[in-house]
Amino acid sequence: MSIDVRDVNKRFGNFKALDHVSLEVQTGELLALLGPSGSGKTTLLRVIAGLETLDSGQVLFHGEDATDRHVRERQVGFVFQHYALFRHMTIFENVAFGLRVRPRQDRPSDSEIKRKVMELLSLVQLDWLADRYPHQLSGGQRQRIALARALAVEPRVLLLDEPFGALDAKVRKELRRWLRRLHDEMHITTVFVTHDQDEALEVSDRVVVMNEGSVQQIGTPQEVYDNPANAFVYQFLGNVNLFHGRVQKGRARFGPLELATPEHSHPMESPAVAFARPHDIELVRPAADTAGIPARVEHLLAVGSTVRVDLLTDDDTPIHVELSRDAHARLALVAGEQVLVRPRNVRVFAH
Amino acid sequence: MSAAAIPLPVAPASSPARSVRDATHESPWVRWTLIGIALAFLTLFLFVPLAAVFYEALRKGVDVYLAAVIEEDALAAIRLTLLTAAIAVPLNLVFGVAAAWAIAKFEFRGKNLLVTLIDLPFSVSPVVSGLIYVLVFGLQGWFGETLRDHDLKVIFAVPGIVLATVFVTFPFVARELIPLMEAQGKDEEEAAVVLGASGWQVFWRVTLPNVKWGLLYGVILCNARAMGEFGAVSVVSGHIRGATNTMPLHVEILYNEYQFTAAFAVASLLALLALVTLALKTWVERRFEQDRAAD
Repeated sequence: MSIDVRDVNKRFGNFKALDHVSLEVQTGELLALLGPSGSGKTTLLRVIAGLETLDSGQVLFHGEDATDRHVRERQVGFVFQHYALFRHMTIFENVAFGLRVRPRQDRPSDSEIKRKVMELLSLVQLDWLADRYPHQLSGGQRQRIALARALAVEPRVLLLDEPFGALDAKVRKELRRWLRRLHDEMHITTVFVTHDQDEALEVSDRVVVMNEGSVQQIGTPQEVYDNPANAFVYQFLGNVNLFHGRVQKGRARFGPLELATPEHSHPMESPAVAFARPHDIELVRPAADTAGIPARVEHLLAVGSTVRVDLLTDDDTPIHVELSRDAHARLALVAGEQVLVRPRNVRVFAH
Repeated sequence: MSAAAIPLPVAPASSPARSVRDATHESPWVRWTLIGIALAFLTLFLFVPLAAVFYEALRKGVDVYLAAVIEEDALAAIRLTLLTAAIAVPLNLVFGVAAAWAIAKFEFRGKNLLVTLIDLPFSVSPVVSGLIYVLVFGLQGWFGETLRDHDLKVIFAVPGIVLATVFVTFPFVARELIPLMEAQGKDEEEAAVVLGASGWQVFWRVTLPNVKWGLLYGVILCNARAMGEFGAVSVVSGHIRGATNTMPLHVEILYNEYQFTAAFAVASLLALLALVTLALKTWVERRFEQDRAAD
């Protein structure tokens, strides 16, 4: 089922949680809402679920206006950040809850409920925990049970609020791959909220980047990463280096470095910021015919497959560069050395 | 305490384990002084009076004791006390759960005022609580004449006693539940609603089971206070023997009439109630802690 969010606004007192938010979720898609805390992503998810009322705007499910439809009738599955399992019920009863609370005429028989719950528990590979209580489970197990419980009511949409936020790094990585595989099997329209750009880029079909209550960019992980719509998106998706300079008539100057920026062709000179990812920067030894920003190597650190180099320019701007092991071996840099910094791939945003 | 009771393994006195133990413990002298003060205080102010109640009650033999307890006016007092508690406790149970639910799970205007009002009976002297009802329902009070015209008696009658008791025991259940419900948050309720549960189903299947021990704890305390209340009830009762005397009032009357054995006999029943309450309370607290530890 598709979801259509149209021009939604929501305030909490003086705080603008959602500011003219519009987006479409296509049927069967896995969409990530990505943003820092306070960006409105969870509020948007709760608005879609119906747990939050909106001040203005519309939410459409499959083309039908669902704005005033009660949470109960929206047929959504919601997975909470802290699982929200019913603490006094066994795992079996937790998953069965959605079926047991149905009106008598729609309620499946006990044997039907048992079959369905056990099927879901095997789907999340935890059928051996049916008689336990939530507090006896690990965080990762609880989250999978929360997912099974949400799926029990056969929701038309699955909404997940920071589903892996409370888990440790290793479990988080395993679970998000598992979620992707599960989605590929079930093809249920899914929206999940995260503040972790790796998670969003790795798991989702499309990413919605949010900040301060509004949508910054919508696109595939590749599009968003390679072509950030603005300075915020660039900075939020991974580490960046900033170079302050000026643009005019399609040329940008950052110290001794000059770049062609045809997108900034206005005749007036204006301040600009250039962004470069740490792995998109080249370091060379100073030579007469090479242009680059002079900087001093401060610190070298080998981490896994890369070598991190911290540099300081003449005007004390820190620069972080990631070199491959090979590149580092060829250069053989030492701390204290003077080098030239040459960004290979730069995005310039004028103020 | 228990660490001191366990014999130390054979090890040199200067072993590291010994020095760590010393670093976190006061010297025996300080420990035993503090324990001694606490015990002496408890003995003097709690155990001795409690023992005295039972001693005085049984001093002239079991026959006299039983006679005092099954005497007509004493039985009437016991019946009235039970009746009052039987009305006041369920009323405050319903009110307390409703108020706690509203306060912990919803946002509304005037919430802080409601929280303050719930605490009011705790901060007002019980005698004043009783006087309020005399002022409102007494013969010279606001509704006094109206009530008299309709031949309804509130003050110096059972309704007044129940009203005063309800007022005094008002905060017990709500006060117990509000922090508990607030700590539990709204996540589970929201999860239940998303899964299709109605408000009623959410309450019975999710909210209530999560607070059951806290609720029972509040009810036990509420009941103990309802049965033991003296001040407020004394003002509205009128002390009519066999009609408007609760157990605490009956004890006072007997005592004032120098019927010490009878007074202590009835008082011993109240003391027994206190002991039962304590035992129940301890048991509930333990279950409560187990449930909490499980989260």
